Amino acid sequence: MKLAITTLLALAPLGAQVTVIKNATIMTESAKGTIKGSILVRDGKIAEVGENVLVPAGATVIDAAGQWVTPGIIDCHSHIGADGNINEASVSVSAMVNIKDVINPEDIAIYRALAGGVTSVNILHGSANAIGGQTIVIKTRWGKDAEGLIFEGAKPGIKFALGENPKRAGNPQGGRGAAPVNARYPSTRMGVEDTIREAFNEAVAYKAEWDKYAADVKAGQHPIPPRKDLKLEALKEVLEGKRFVHAHCYRADEILMLIRVADDYGFKIRTFQHVLEGYKVAKEIAAHGAGASTFSDWWGYKAEAYDAIPYNAAVMTKKGIVVSLNSDDAELMRRLNTEAAKAMKYGGISREDALAMVTINPAKQLGVENRVGSIEAGKDADIVIFDKDPLSNFSKVQKVLIDGSKYFDRDQNVSDRPMKDAEKQKLIEHEKQDQPQKKAAPARRPL
Amino acid sequence: MKIAALVLGLAIAASAANDSFLIRNVDVYPVTSAPLKGASVLVTDGKIADIGPRIAVAKGVKIVDGKGMRVYPGMIDSTTEIGLSEVSAERMTVDTGEIGEFMPQLRALIAVNPESEHIPVVRVNGITSVMSFPSSGGRGGRGGAAQIISGQAALIHLDGWTWEDMEINRSAALHILFPVIPARGGRGGAADFPEDPVPGGGPATFTEQKRQYDQQIRKLNDFFDAARQYQKERGNNAPGFKRDLKMEAMIPVLEGKIPAAVAAVRERTIRDAIAFADKQHIKVVIMQPRGLKNVAADLKAKNIPVILGRTEELPENEDAPYDEAESLPSEVFKAGVKFAFGTGSNEFVRNLPYNAARAAAYGLPQDEALKAITINPAQIWGASDKIGSIEKGKWADLMVTDGDPLETPTQIKYLFIKGKEIDLTNKQTRLYQKYLNRP
Repeated sequence: MKLAITTLLALAPLGAQVTVIKNATIMTESAKGTIKGSILVRDGKIAEVGENVLVPAGATVIDAAGQWVTPGIIDCHSHIGADGNINEASVSVSAMVNIKDVINPEDIAIYRALAGGVTSVNILHGSANAIGGQTIVIKTRWGKDAEGLIFEGAKPGIKFALGENPKRAGNPQGGRGAAPVNARYPSTRMGVEDTIREAFNEAVAYKAEWDKYAADVKAGQHPIPPRKDLKLEALKEVLEGKRFVHAHCYRADEILMLIRVADDYGFKIRTFQHVLEGYKVAKEIAAHGAGASTFSDWWGYKAEAYDAIPYNAAVMTKKGIVVSLNSDDAELMRRLNTEAAKAMKYGGISREDALAMVTINPAKQLGVENRVGSIEAGKDADIVIFDKDPLSNFSKVQKVLIDGSKYFDRDQNVSDRPMKDAEKQKLIEHEKQDQPQKKAAPARRPL
Repeated sequence: MKIAALVLGLAIAASAANDSFLIRNVDVYPVTSAPLKGASVLVTDGKIADIGPRIAVAKGVKIVDGKGMRVYPGMIDSTTEIGLSEVSAERMTVDTGEIGEFMPQLRALIAVNPESEHIPVVRVNGITSVMSFPSSGGRGGRGGAAQIISGQAALIHLDGWTWEDMEINRSAALHILFPVIPARGGRGGAADFPEDPVPGGGPATFTEQKRQYDQQIRKLNDFFDAARQYQKERGNNAPGFKRDLKMEAMIPVLEGKIPAAVAAVRERTIRDAIAFADKQHIKVVIMQPRGLKNVAADLKAKNIPVILGRTEELPENEDAPYDEAESLPSEVFKAGVKFAFGTGSNEFVRNLPYNAARAAAYGLPQDEALKAITINPAQIWGASDKIGSIEKGKWADLMVTDGDPLETPTQIKYLFIKGKEIDLTNKQTRLYQKYLNRP
């Protein structure tokens, strides 16, 4: 038995998965720019990109003549796979909860995102809390279990939220469409700041206890360890730079507030999310070194979105911020490529820089730019093939590769439909035959 | 006499010089006929006076050089709340969704705020007219009674000092939210429009839902019957006849002068709506359908147009094809049903052409996509003699672009509404300039 396994391992390199995508127009989003050529994929990684790439014997060849290729699209703000589990709204600081624990790999939104060319996604907690739950980055490896979706090695994050959403939970009337809730602190932007400061006040003291404990252990003493606090653990990781802060925000005042709080407590905001008025404080965001992940053109749906402008991404880019365009929405995330085209319309961003806002820029913001976000040798083979220019509204996704494996193929999807329809019809017929038994009135439950 | 004629002639020339302009050397896309390369469009008194390869004009007529550019008719969005809703989450800025089940007398037009910031934001993307509806489709959920007839929708120009200036057709349609038996939503369905809207939420059991539905249908028919009775008594000047504003508002619908715009999302509802229209002998337009497979032939046979919602929409059910919304317009077109697009929410109106383009990516011919946001809505809303194409005698609602308006990066270079050149700035461009130049 042992021998058999060894043999298999030995054979593995010979059976390595080699794919060549040839004759494509490739928007590499690297220093190479946009080229006509081929991509060699070996063992899930991009091995070579260029105008002339030799096709190894036995390689699977995808002829992409007339088609366009881009890096896998990355959405820096989404809640797919976690719907119904995104707001632990009962407390103002919910740093102890983790989106990783509630990922549903069968959420159809994951497949739909994949069909829109999205390969990596930042899944965040909701925005009901000033300090929300822990976040996780996934790849849209449809068909894998929850563990198999997780982007291995990507640094985890935590969601903060400023403005109307965290204060709404503190408003006894609730927001429109929200059920009235018991008032809880905070219910103003002032209270949101205080909530965050109070939490970090605690976290700094907590970290000091643990630092002292570690120092004492190192000094050969045998101290009693401090009590572990799961809420403060996550904030301690923020203070240590081990966990990224992704902060939901709209207005310029609250953005500036959080920068100053972070300065005071000595941590960094990794990204401002939505950041609709980021263009007003672009200088301060750039100086802090935070990224900005915004909507292309959403505005006016709530009071704090009234000064949102579609030029936001362009202004922040021009002021030196790494900008990405996100969806926050299972529908919008299926077409982030044409959202990028809006940065061309509003503010005159170049084609490559526009596409960067949904590829290499979000990769940088999530700290995974050494793995994904561009088509370069050594990176994960997360690749999208479009039938036309991906910045054109007339284009659509044809194929998506993740780690070199094909996860979506439009032709296959379309040709499978009659079979799936027939299968569904069969199930409906089956269900109809079961109907008579179901007609019996359900027994009344005792109260 | 001769002198008088001479004076008169001079006067005409002078006025033409003031109120005329010529866009020349431009590629003209009339929509209703083949494009003309390097042609000219003459506008006089706000209307299109001439289109041709070369048009001679009097000295002093303003010339717009269209070299390298294209001119299209302004676009029309068939489902909006423009002028009626400013910040959708803030009740006091929203005037859609009145209380009351049968409210045909309510007029969207009179509540249109000409200073709404949405107007200059939307029109700089080439949208020159919209349908403004008195209800957002019952999704508002104000806690009042379910609306069935929400009022009269108006077709308006996106320019004017007052709502009277903006009016194209003050009563373009009567908005009916057709009663529905709600189906259970599938997991993964669209969050906003998974089902037909059920105002105030629906009852729990099917039996109870069916009972309510039957009751609502009965009420709707009773209301129409009462209106017909009123119409008769009014005509006969019956003794004791009293003027009733609700009933008055129903007469143009009963006479077939204006259509009922019937919100009906699912096939079952659409079928019921068609049957209702037959029974009541009224003209209908089906709004925001999501599935038409089994009703398309009926719609075509009865010449019933549809207003399709956004193609930027999730499939209705978990097991539906991922491109269901994108493919629907192509299916509707192939079935021979007349259709136009409506984006449904003020914030997305400016993306109207991109929704049409997305349908073209999934099988709709590109020229049909353009028609569905220009001439088709003009025809559906009874204004094809005024707007929707570049033809002699129509209002000069024109956009001059540097490319295909269905493509996002395309820029609008000039915009005209009723021949008036429109300022291409708005709140957003001003904030952009202000903060781009922040030291």
